[in-house]
Amino acid sequence: MPELYLVEAVNDALHCELARDESVMVMGEDVGRAGGVFRATAGLRERFGADRCVDTPLAEAGILGTAVGLCMAGWRPVCEMQYDAFSYPCLDQLINHVGRYRWRTRGGMEFPLVVRMPYGGGVRAPELHDDSPETFYVHVPGVKVAVPSTPADAKGLLAAAIRDPDPVVVLEPKLIYRTERGEVPEGEHVVPLGRARVVREGDDLTIVAYGAMVPVAERAADAIDASVEVLDLRTLKPLDEEALLASAAKTGRVVLVQEAPRTVGYAAELAAILAEKAILDLRGPVLRVTGYDVPYPYWQIEDAYMPSVERVVDAARRLLAF
Amino acid sequence: MAQVLPGEHELRRVIDEDREVEGLGEADLLELYRSLILLRTYDERSLVYHRQGRIGTYAIFWNHEAAQVGSAHALEDDDWIFPSYRESAIGLLRGLPPATVLSWWRGHPAGWWNPADYNVASICVPIATHVPHAAGLAWGKKLKGDGAVAIAYFGDGATSEGAFHEGANFAAVMGAPLVLFCTNNQWAISTPLEAQTKAEALVDKAAGYGMPGIRVDGGDVLAVYEATREAVARARDGEGPTFIEAVTYRVAPHATADDPRAYIDLARVEEEKQRECVGRYDAYLRRLGVLTDELAHEFKEDALATMRAAIAAAEAEPPAGPEELFEHVYVDPPTSFGSDLAELRRILDA
Ligand SMILES: Cc1ncc(C[n+]2csc(CCOP(=O)(O)OP(=O)(O)O)c2C)c(N)n1
Ligand SMILES: [Mg+2]
Repeated sequence: MPELYLVEAVNDALHCELARDESVMVMGEDVGRAGGVFRATAGLRERFGADRCVDTPLAEAGILGTAVGLCMAGWRPVCEMQYDAFSYPCLDQLINHVGRYRWRTRGGMEFPLVVRMPYGGGVRAPELHDDSPETFYVHVPGVKVAVPSTPADAKGLLAAAIRDPDPVVVLEPKLIYRTERGEVPEGEHVVPLGRARVVREGDDLTIVAYGAMVPVAERAADAIDASVEVLDLRTLKPLDEEALLASAAKTGRVVLVQEAPRTVGYAAELAAILAEKAILDLRGPVLRVTGYDVPYPYWQIEDAYMPSVERVVDAARRLLAF
Repeated sequence: MAQVLPGEHELRRVIDEDREVEGLGEADLLELYRSLILLRTYDERSLVYHRQGRIGTYAIFWNHEAAQVGSAHALEDDDWIFPSYRESAIGLLRGLPPATVLSWWRGHPAGWWNPADYNVASICVPIATHVPHAAGLAWGKKLKGDGAVAIAYFGDGATSEGAFHEGANFAAVMGAPLVLFCTNNQWAISTPLEAQTKAEALVDKAAGYGMPGIRVDGGDVLAVYEATREAVARARDGEGPTFIEAVTYRVAPHATADDPRAYIDLARVEEEKQRECVGRYDAYLRRLGVLTDELAHEFKEDALATMRAAIAAAEAEPPAGPEELFEHVYVDPPTSFGSDLAELRRILDA
């Protein structure tokens, strides 16, 4: 199996899916001529033509809005938002149409579109290149959300998203675009949505993470003198509730890690599910390690904002005392 | 004042026609030159500082100086400037310390100024989202009977965004004293103008909003000055907004993280470099006999000294502490900020 960086695996998935299905097309700002500002779409325009890898005007609401219409015309658009924070103009389309249109047609029409974007901080970038916007997306009924943390999953989850008959948002952790490298199956490779991955097994405590926080959780697990299970959710919606509850039942202690601001973040949803369905399995409180409820900071202090290995270890030690 | 009809595609020029701009004396001409040299030097030094790892990712504005200087000089100090990242250093023309802007690119809080101190709004990163802000400020000034006008700087790509459209339309409907200054450098990262719009010229957009448009050679500092002066006068006279398309060419990468070789025609870049805006003005002033080698040397040395002092000052800023995370978010911060900071400090100090 070839070894690829995470962003190369994204590119591989796009090549495979465009080759497999002629109705799949890629669209976004700078995805064609330049092959994407992170090179995620490199080579697609040359291979599949300018109609299937489209440099769009600079307009995120327009990208997603036309993608809705393209679906109606029988296409499966894969829309790139250039960066997390620049996706926000598309929320109008996402909330008011993408998530509701199938429902509005009483199931008559399908909207098999994908929105993919690099997300997250730690990359020493100017303002607004660092957001973790998953909560906004997860909160929209009718939309699914996946967040890979490994090259193989980046390929497999994106392929699943493209094949899915419903709209899927795929958030790609840009911090580890070119640091996570690993074996990626050649050719078609699909990782089903809605199934978590046990990164490592343990008995004393579970760290739940997704995206760029998975490597942080793993390093924290290395640093803790206990048997730690690390669970990578891979898909936020649909959530693999079974895997979450099974791990909680096994270890009785759960630390949730999320890069986004804390309040009403995804970890709050996980904590609520644990409170509803696993309370009797728990030996201590569910602890969250998250970004703070502040605008993502200037990069010189971004390390203080990001959930660090030290903060995860600190939470784990406090919880292990129970 | 000449009424500008929408759809005038001919670029207005001064330098290439060897014209003179009414009302500009020798001192003014040299002041424009000094500003051009300051911005050029700022930009060239910033690129060096980036390569030396002293600032982070940086949006180069080489060959955009004439558009920025010419337009900014047509404003009064009470008028408001709304820059994009491409005009990050335009505040220097209002006395904003270059160390401040360097700090912004260094990701340090010292780079974030109070707009009210200079009438220069914060650097806007999300494309076109500041256009409505500028329209709102201009409208608000009008409502208060304040004579100030505003200028919003944005690129050719920005004209595709909804925020541009909404801001422009608001400005027109409210009769806001606003100059919509579009720097058409013919690229939005790798997307060429012809993939951005089917309009023959961006200035044609003005007609759709019911405002006049002016198309000007963006590499001609005097033509830009003259055009903006006209737009500002209209705005101040209560005649509402004007759209200016300043046509130039992006000869540098979009930013330090970009490699344009994959998409740009390098021969065209070389051609445009030969016509770069500072050299054109330099030659013009020498033709007029206004600029001497001594003066040019003096301005350059001054600018270099300014930049040396600026980077030293930026680097002398004490590192920001974690408490900065929680500052200035609210007038009345939630109590959780205190406990979050205390916990963070405990862990950082361990
Ligand atoms: C809303 C939004 N979408 C995407 C981006 C990413 N981006 C940064 S600069 C740029 C191109 C802008 O082109 P233009 O408006 O012509 O300005 P220029 O960079 O040429 O000065 C893009 C797409 C962004 N900053 N904001
Ligand atoms: Mg441009």
